[in-house]
Amino acid sequence: MQTFDLSAQGLRALNSTLHALKGQTNQTSWEVINPKGAHAIAVGLDAPVDVTVRGSTGYYCAGMNKQATVRVKGSAGPGVAENMMSGTVIIDGDASQYAGATGRGGLLVIKGNASSRCGISMKGIDIVVHGNIGHMSAFMAQSGNMVVLGDAGEALGDSLYEARLFVRGSVKSLGADCIEKEMRPEHLAILADLLKRGEADHLAKPEEFKRYGSARKLYTFNIDNASSY
Amino acid sequence: MSDFPHTPPKQSWTFSNDINAEIRRAAATGIYDIRGGGSKRKLPHFDDLLFLGASISRYPLEGYREKCATDVWLGTRFAKNPIHLDIPITIAGMSFGALSGPAKEALGRGASAAGTSTTTGDGGMTEEERGHSKTLVYQYLPSRYGMNPDDLRRADAIEVVVGQGAKPGGGGMLLGQKISDRVAMMRNLPKGIDQRSACRHPDWTGPDDLEIKILEIREITNWEKPIYVKVGGARPYYDTALAVKAGADVVVLDGMQGGTAATQDVFIENVGMPILACIPLAVKALQDLGMHRKVQLIVSGGIRTGADVAKAMALGADAVAIGTAALVALGDNDPALEAEYNKLGTTAGAYDDWHEGKDPAGITTQDPELYKRFDPILGGRRLKNYLKVMTLEAQTIARACGKNHLHNLEPEDLCALTIESAAMAGVPLAGTSWIPGKNGF
Repeated sequence: MQTFDLSAQGLRALNSTLHALKGQTNQTSWEVINPKGAHAIAVGLDAPVDVTVRGSTGYYCAGMNKQATVRVKGSAGPGVAENMMSGTVIIDGDASQYAGATGRGGLLVIKGNASSRCGISMKGIDIVVHGNIGHMSAFMAQSGNMVVLGDAGEALGDSLYEARLFVRGSVKSLGADCIEKEMRPEHLAILADLLKRGEADHLAKPEEFKRYGSARKLYTFNIDNASSY
Repeated sequence: MSDFPHTPPKQSWTFSNDINAEIRRAAATGIYDIRGGGSKRKLPHFDDLLFLGASISRYPLEGYREKCATDVWLGTRFAKNPIHLDIPITIAGMSFGALSGPAKEALGRGASAAGTSTTTGDGGMTEEERGHSKTLVYQYLPSRYGMNPDDLRRADAIEVVVGQGAKPGGGGMLLGQKISDRVAMMRNLPKGIDQRSACRHPDWTGPDDLEIKILEIREITNWEKPIYVKVGGARPYYDTALAVKAGADVVVLDGMQGGTAATQDVFIENVGMPILACIPLAVKALQDLGMHRKVQLIVSGGIRTGADVAKAMALGADAVAIGTAALVALGDNDPALEAEYNKLGTTAGAYDDWHEGKDPAGITTQDPELYKRFDPILGGRRLKNYLKVMTLEAQTIARACGKNHLHNLEPEDLCALTIESAAMAGVPLAGTSWIPGKNGF
């Protein structure tokens, strides 16, 4: 395992070093020590490498990740794994606002709680949260799956498109155009797979969840729905 | 009694025919008016400014013999690879989705031939545009449609869009008629829905966050690309200052005449300020921070001629951007298509229902039958010609003012025709030394 001391070597050196791994896989295992809440740690990676950050991170850790597996042994600041394309990001602690925002692929696992706007505008990413999620989560979510083992805050899935939301606990309120939907066998299969890959299959069973999705009533403008906006 | 003259019919100024027609339209349809383009109001504009030209105290340069340079560097503050353009007239962001693929190609062809850049839009980067644009600015928008790190890295600059002049504080719209299979795929949306883009970014709010967002983008792109921040003409002094504080290399400022593919008419006509009122405030912010010319300023919104370019630069801009004018150069609203505009219930010059996707010129459409009509090679040539003419016009004025570079134009070269424009531009009313608002008067 390669060790990178972020305090000593700096952010620019960290990201350039990790970017240089594209196209070669000799050094596939990395640990970042002394992150001290720095922003933009391990952003824009594009190689099948494992990066473990030993401590908590600031904004946008693992932003736009491709292929890499990034594990944060602490909590993550706002926008963790934003616009992720592929790969896996695992947060052992809690995640702040906008976790997985606009993510287009890959898997984000948050073992603690996620704050507000988790999965905002998600576009294909899968998100598994072991704890609770805050208000306005999955706002305008376009596609992908969000699995929440705990509770969801206010206005879940407001104005969402085709993303699937699975919540095991309570939902404080649903946002505009978000409704509970029938859980069919294909959804249970998706859930089973995500619980397993999200390191949560020992914590919950697919049958314990409810599914939420779009009523599709706001897809085309209708003045009679204006009060919904 | 019948011999007495009747009181002639008198139309109300308040309830004009236009207003009444809009009331009836709203009552009949139950939806606000959505259209493309920018403000159609008569606004204080560059037309209200004049150049003074040379005189005894200032001598001119020979029109065809003495050099008047037009090039501009953008992104010299932090970017490892700043952009060098031959002319200071760039093509503003317009999305694939709003425009057809061939129209985007034509913009790339024309801009590249004229030595300038094009800009993507709220729909991601297309091969047509990347392939034909020597210099391509990639917009980073609230919707993040099509956003990916590979396109970030193959862009020449990145423009973080906070707002645009047609609708400061509003998000984009693309109605179902234009959400074709390809547009739907690029935006990851169901085909045919009325798509409304987010009005603010999903993962940052405020200037402190923006600074961190810019840091992230720079880290992803190895600090190579100039980062622009685009704002609508709302609070230009503070927006410019905050963009500089957040680490922008370039500020893009768009006045309310700047176009949009589609938004509410009430938004276009009632929110934001004309570009003339915005430029001096943005320049003042840069000067107050000691960053004028270090952070470059690109202005847009109603730039039509080389005179407009020269006036914007005399007020302190480093470059301008054109959108609507570029579409007109490609063939939008051409009177040759009058019969087809009539079928759509409009007339050449007034056609603004770009969101319906029925553009007979094949520019603002996703209908293959319509966009096949548009020749991107011819369109590119027309755009190149237009850009060259604007540049020559601006040079003509600059030489007449004795300047050997467009950047040497200055407010002292200008006077204003109206009190309003004098106050907004901060130049004297013609024939006086009066700048309204200056020195307490």
